[in-house]
Amino acid sequence: MTSNSPRWHAFRRSTAGKVLLTPKGGIAGAYLLTLALIALLAPWITPYPYDVQELTIASQAPNLAHWLGTDEFGRDVLSRIMYGARTSLSVSVTAISVSVLIGMTLGAAAGYFGGMFDRLVTAAVDLSWSFPEILIALILVAIIGPGLTSTMLAIGIAYLAQFTRLTRAQILSLKNETYIEATLNLGASHGHIVFRHLMPNALAPVIICGMLATGDAIILEATLGFFGLGAQPPVPSWGAMMSSGSAQIFKAPWIIIFPGLTVAVTVIMINLFGDALIRALDIRAKLREG
Amino acid sequence: MLSYIIRRLLLLIPVFFTVSIIIFGIIHLVPGDPIDNLMRIGSSPEQKAIITARYGLDKPLVEQYLLWLGKMAQGDLGDAIVMRRPVVDLLAQNIPFSLRLGGAALLFSTLLGIAAGTLAAINKDGRIDQGVMAGILVGSTLPSFWLGLLLMLLFSVQLGWLPVSGARTWQALILPVLTIGLGGTALVARATRVAMLETMQKDFVLLLHAKGLPARRIQLRHVLRHALMPVVTILGLRIGWILGGAVTVEYVFARPGLGTLLIKALNQHDYPVMQGCLLMLAIAVMLGTLIGDLVQAAMDPRVRHAMT
Repeated sequence: MTSNSPRWHAFRRSTAGKVLLTPKGGIAGAYLLTLALIALLAPWITPYPYDVQELTIASQAPNLAHWLGTDEFGRDVLSRIMYGARTSLSVSVTAISVSVLIGMTLGAAAGYFGGMFDRLVTAAVDLSWSFPEILIALILVAIIGPGLTSTMLAIGIAYLAQFTRLTRAQILSLKNETYIEATLNLGASHGHIVFRHLMPNALAPVIICGMLATGDAIILEATLGFFGLGAQPPVPSWGAMMSSGSAQIFKAPWIIIFPGLTVAVTVIMINLFGDALIRALDIRAKLREG
Repeated sequence: MLSYIIRRLLLLIPVFFTVSIIIFGIIHLVPGDPIDNLMRIGSSPEQKAIITARYGLDKPLVEQYLLWLGKMAQGDLGDAIVMRRPVVDLLAQNIPFSLRLGGAALLFSTLLGIAAGTLAAINKDGRIDQGVMAGILVGSTLPSFWLGLLLMLLFSVQLGWLPVSGARTWQALILPVLTIGLGGTALVARATRVAMLETMQKDFVLLLHAKGLPARRIQLRHVLRHALMPVVTILGLRIGWILGGAVTVEYVFARPGLGTLLIKALNQHDYPVMQGCLLMLAIAVMLGTLIGDLVQAAMDPRVRHAMT
């Protein structure tokens, strides 16, 4: 594509172009793509296996053979972070995707049909809204028991209120538009209205909200992992690495510094990318309705 | 105002009952029998029945709930199963530490957040604004337990200025407050900035400019006062958020407190303690929202009359 070909112009005007051609969106997009590739290809590209313990080289500071050092069992920190991306990303992305789907359904039904169901959903949402996600997640994990499945469940439920609330607000602001009334009078069913006319218009803010929540979910997963309630050894996740590393913090701080840094940078990149998307789609006002 | 307060308090009743039912339900949602954790291996079913009866777990659910509620009204939250003490004693011992930490963190993040947000808003799109916004982004994305550990590594181990953990001296409060406070600061600063920028678009601000008031005076005396409204609400709503932060941070710094107690109870499957902690946290969240609403109503008559 040269700089004045028609395809280049079309790309520049598209949403993808508007996001990726800004410095923020471009850098964040490149980072996230690389991270996703690393997570996908981890078994083939990590310099060392993630679970082979070699106590003779335990707790080594970063060096040429082990760029980010080794942990208390002599495992390569870099390789474990790369594998950890698999766990941390898949857990948070899966949890948030399911949460978005359920939240959208609940929110759309509540907003569209109103009545008793709406009041019930709103009350539940308001209640869980005032409790911090980490507390909701901690309680849920306590009930279901530690592990990755319960971490996913806990994250999904902790963020459900947010998506339900936002979708409901979108549907409420859309459903009294004239074109919806017209479609109803033409004999369209409620299902048709909700799925063909309301949802597509409500989709963008909810998806972006979901994307930003994925960043928070990565932190939540790391926190649960840090409490020893997430991924169980030897499976590496960024949180679990810091959990076992916290005992070594004074002796071998790199075990905990690098996974934490990865979490922070990843979440910042997700936020920057989300920000670029919000700008490109011009929906900041809509996001605040929730 | 009085009728608003009464209406607002009445609203708390159904919320309280819902929350109490959820908290009460936890012990029954747990797969497996909590009593099994208490039994020695090889105990007979009769012994199990005795222990079950001692904790009142053999009665119908509704009756158990009402009993629990009745005892709660008398200030009795039962006895800790593993820690073997009245739950109320454990709470009384730990809550002051959490209050101190939470209060200090709230104060710190409110003052710093409002200052940073105002600074960003009156320098909109300038270097200072961009710097503050970048700081906010970083501050709100660092995992708090990690930040806590790094601060501990730097100030306690490398520099030796502050104690590593515990809660014996006031210096021990500094790092935990910083850790929770930075995330909170980001939240307050963002809310302040948005609210100030919105207020600056209002007609009355235009009028003040037309009257020839200096810009700084308008921003700091008039715009800021208006902009603080939504900030107060957010603060009230986010009391729970501060408490959530306290749970992690207390654990990291090995401070006594509600969070540490809760984590300990979670790990030991000590359900009465768990229920007690959650109840306290829930009450704190409800009070926070209440205070936020009341302050808002006191500042803005429209809020008082809108709720019917």
